[in-house]
Parts: sequence; structure tokens; C-alpha cells
Amino acid sequence: MKIKQSLPRNIFLVFNYLFLVVIALICLLPFVNLLAISFSAKLPVAAGEVSFWPIGFTTDAYAFIMHSGAFTTALIVSIKRTVLGVCINLVLIILTAYPLSKSKKDFRLRSVYSWYFVATILLSGGMIPMYMVVRYTGLIDSIWSLVLPGALPVFSMLVVMNYMRSLPQELEEAAYIDGANHTQTLLKVILPVCAPTIATVTLFAFVGHWNSWFDGMIYMNKVENYPMQSYLQTVVINPEAFFRNTSNASADIMRFAAMVNARTSNAAQLFLATIPILLVYPFLQKYFTTGLVMGSVKG
Amino acid sequence: MNKNLRRKDRLLRELPLHFMLLPAIILVAVYSYGSMIGTVIAFQKFIPANGLFGSDWIGFSNFRNLFTMPNIWQVLRNTVAISLFKMAGGVIVPVVFALLLNEVASRFAKRSLQTIVYLPNFLSWVILAGIFTDILSPGTGIINMLLGKIGIQPIFFLGSQTWFPITMVLTDIWKTFGFNSVIYLAALTSIDPSLYESAEIDGAGRWKQTLHITLPGILSTMVLMTVLAMGNILNGGFDQIYNLYSPSVYATGDILDTFVFRLGIQNAQYALSTAAGLFKSAVSLIFIAASYWLADKFAGYRIF
Repeated sequence: MKIKQSLPRNIFLVFNYLFLVVIALICLLPFVNLLAISFSAKLPVAAGEVSFWPIGFTTDAYAFIMHSGAFTTALIVSIKRTVLGVCINLVLIILTAYPLSKSKKDFRLRSVYSWYFVATILLSGGMIPMYMVVRYTGLIDSIWSLVLPGALPVFSMLVVMNYMRSLPQELEEAAYIDGANHTQTLLKVILPVCAPTIATVTLFAFVGHWNSWFDGMIYMNKVENYPMQSYLQTVVINPEAFFRNTSNASADIMRFAAMVNARTSNAAQLFLATIPILLVYPFLQKYFTTGLVMGSVKG
Repeated sequence: MNKNLRRKDRLLRELPLHFMLLPAIILVAVYSYGSMIGTVIAFQKFIPANGLFGSDWIGFSNFRNLFTMPNIWQVLRNTVAISLFKMAGGVIVPVVFALLLNEVASRFAKRSLQTIVYLPNFLSWVILAGIFTDILSPGTGIINMLLGKIGIQPIFFLGSQTWFPITMVLTDIWKTFGFNSVIYLAALTSIDPSLYESAEIDGAGRWKQTLHITLPGILSTMVLMTVLAMGNILNGGFDQIYNLYSPSVYATGDILDTFVFRLGIQNAQYALSTAAGLFKSAVSLIFIAASYWLADKFAGYRIF
């Protein structure tokens, strides 16, 4: 049936391809431009001559970033908060999703607890009250301030819970008859079959922690406690605020001003900060899409 | 007796479930419910040194002050306008993209295109703002460099009051359209192929098939996504706008969240800022509740 196609159809297909390629280029070229700038020499960048290929290829910008401690410090904070945050998120998601996935017959307070968590999606305290709670609990300038306030991502928990509920009832019944308690059932029966959803919410948590910047900015007083994205926010987006704090204008940073253009070093830092996302990107594509479809189309 | 034993048995069997929930319950109580209680300062003449309940209660006076601020109506108008345009574009562009991508026969081409267009969705607005500030710059940015080659004067995308909201809507669509198309691509694959076969036998062309089979087939998904987006009516997109705006575009680009932030953090108007946040939460709650109700009623969608 598809062997012979009409001429208008072929014309359409050619234009469709062209159009989609243009769309893809619009998504991709900003990053190519960024990469080209980060590897270009100071002068052509300052003159605005660099488009999609480096002019006067150099790795000065990257060398500078590695030398000045600030980027590395922020990187370490980001790695710590991401590892800690993802672990805590996962443990809490699993520990919460499992009981809530029980039927009302097996766990009578199920819907009370469910509403307790879902209400936090609908209502939130806002910025200042949240800041005060974080301060009262003594977390200002501590890595825990980036981890504990969002320790349970409720939406991800619901995705896992819905998946657990969709599993055949027989699984659990068999485990129960064999004399397994809840902990054993969860660890040995339920979790292994939940691997794809767990992968999805792990990636959600990873991207969420790696990308957050606002909490670091308001809960951290000292710049050396900033995670990567908060650091970039102050250095790249809002440099006046960064250099106004004279302690940041160290000898290192002064030397950098002479060595590289702000645009090249910014580009290099922005690119370096996207590398972790690029590394998990193949998994993101696989599990995010299935997770999203699973979470949304579910009846 | 037997019944009592069973009850005890059941309690014992349920006990570990309560324990599993305990850590999450405590953390949510402290941070989520704790901060909800903290909103009481919106009704106080709040003095930070006096603690949460130590300041004078002044009823709704903070709210009255808020709505007599000279900029507040402008801020609300900007917020609603920007989010409505983002919502409309956020449905139309992904649908069109999904339909066009669906016409691509080669699996390899399809996957490659998807790989590229999904990427921006996973990057933070800090990174993207860094990139856009550079490429949209009127002096050295690549966009204006290219526009200059075809004889167009430099455009101040981020500095002009006319262009700023347009740039916000377009860059937001740029970031999200690829990934938002996933849901429509999934809906497209679930359309019964026999419908197309019988349409072909009836002599319906490709365009007619799209109009009468494909679009109706994904209509319910479109309605659902639109309805769910309604809850964001007062979210203009803080991450994006805060990282891209400047005082020169406050007139058209300042949204409720950025306004609340400046009021609270930069001007230390804690009570006023909390009142504005509370107002936003209340309005959003109505919209979210309505959207979930509609989604449940018309699409059978439930979050739990």
C-alpha cells in the first residue's frame, strides 16, 4: 500500500523533514555557540565574531576555572547535596509509597495519610515562612537545608505508589502466605519489580537536586557553601552582587579578569555544569518518558 | 473472642506500615506544615525578633496595604498575561510538533530529532539564562549578529519592555515543547490503526485523516493537559524571569513571584511579602482544585 506515494505527499515529506531539522537546530545551536565561545580566544569573543566554531582555539577559560577554587568548591557542594538528597528522597519515597499502596482493607488509615501528603502539593507556606522554619531548625549554612525541606517529593511518591498499586495482588498474597513480613515483602518482592519506576524517580530527584539554585542562594550566607547552580547564578547572571562582596574579589579572580574574557569563562562554566545532565541523558530519555507517560495517562 | 484476636492481629500487621511512614510524616510536619503555620505572620505587624506569635495581630491590614501598592495590579496583569500565553503555546506547539514528527517514517531520524529537542527541558533556568543573556545580547549576541546580516537593527530582547514578555514566552516554549510532545506522541500511538485503514479505503487523504482521526484521537489528552495547566495561572515562571529580567523591564516583566521575592528578601517586608504569597496560594488552590475536579470529571484523571 505504501509502495507508491503521490507527488504532493512526497513534497510534504521533504518540507516536513526540512522543517523538523530547522527546529532541532534551533534547540541545538545555542549550545554549540556556547561551546565555541568557551574554546575561543579573548579578542574574537569580545568583538562578537564567534558563531558555531571556535576562533583562535584555546583552553584558557577551562584552565582558569580549574585554577580558581570557587568553581571546584561549588562543584563539591553540588555533588554532596545531590548524592545526599537523592538517597534521602529515594528512601522516603519507597517507605511512604509502600504503605500507601495498600488497599483500605489492609491499611485502614491509608486515605488519611494520603491526604496528609497530597495537601502539601496544594498548599504551601511560601518563601519567608519556609526560611524561618529552616532557620529555627538550625540549618542555615548547612548542607541539610538543601535536602531536608524537600525530603519527600510527593509527586514522585505518587508515581511510585500508583505503580505499586497496579501490580497483581497475588504477588503480595503469595509472600504473605509464605510468612513474609512487610519489610521482607517490600524488599524482596515489591521493590525488584518496581525497578523502572524507581529509575524514573531517581532521575527526577537527580535532575531536581542538580538544577536547584534558589534554596542555596537564600539558605546559605557564605558563598563557599553555594552549590553549583547558585554559584553560577551569582557569578554569571548577577556578577555585580558577587564582586560587591570584596572577599570574593581575591587575587585569583583579579588574575582571571586579565587572562580571559568574562564571556569565555562564563561559557566554560555553564558548559561544565551541564555535563552531569548530559551523562545521565540517555537514561533520562528512556525512563523519564516512560515515567511521564505512566504517571499521566494512568486512569 | 475470635473477632478480638483478629483485630489485634490486624493492628499488629499494620503497625510496621505506620513506622515506615513516620520519618516522612515528621519531615513533612516540620517543613511543609511548619511553614504553613508560619503564614500567620501575614496577619501581624511582624517583628522578626519576637518570633512567630509574638508580634501584634493586625487582621487584614497587610493585604489592604498590598492591594494599594502602586504596582500590584500591573504585576498581576503581567503574571496572568505571561502565563496564559505560555499555556496556549505550551499546548499548541507540542501538538503540532508531535503531529509532524509522527509523519517521519525513519525510526532513526525520529529518535535523533527527539534526543535533540528534549535536551533543554533538563537544564536549569540559571544555565539557560546564562546562554540566552549571551546569545540575545544586542552587542555581541549571535542572534543579533545573524539578524544584522539580513539588515535588521539590533533588538533588545531582554531590555525592551515590548520584547521582554515575548522573549519569555518564546524561550519557555523553546525549553519545554520537545518534552511536552512526549505525552502527545504516546497518545498518537494509542489510536487504533484500523481507523486509518478504513479511512484509506473510503478514499480519505492524509490531511483528511489527520483532521478526522488523529486530532479527535488526541483531543482528550489536549483537554487534560490544558486543564492541568490552569493551576499555574499565577505562576509566570519565577526561575526564568528572575534570571533574565532587569529593572528596566519591570513594567511588563515583573510577575507576582519576583515581586514577592523583592519585597521579602531585598526590602525585608516580611509580613507584606508573606501576605502576597498567601494571596497567590489561595488563588492557586482554587484553580488547582478546579482543574483536578475537571480533569477527573471529563478525563477520568486522578492523581491518587
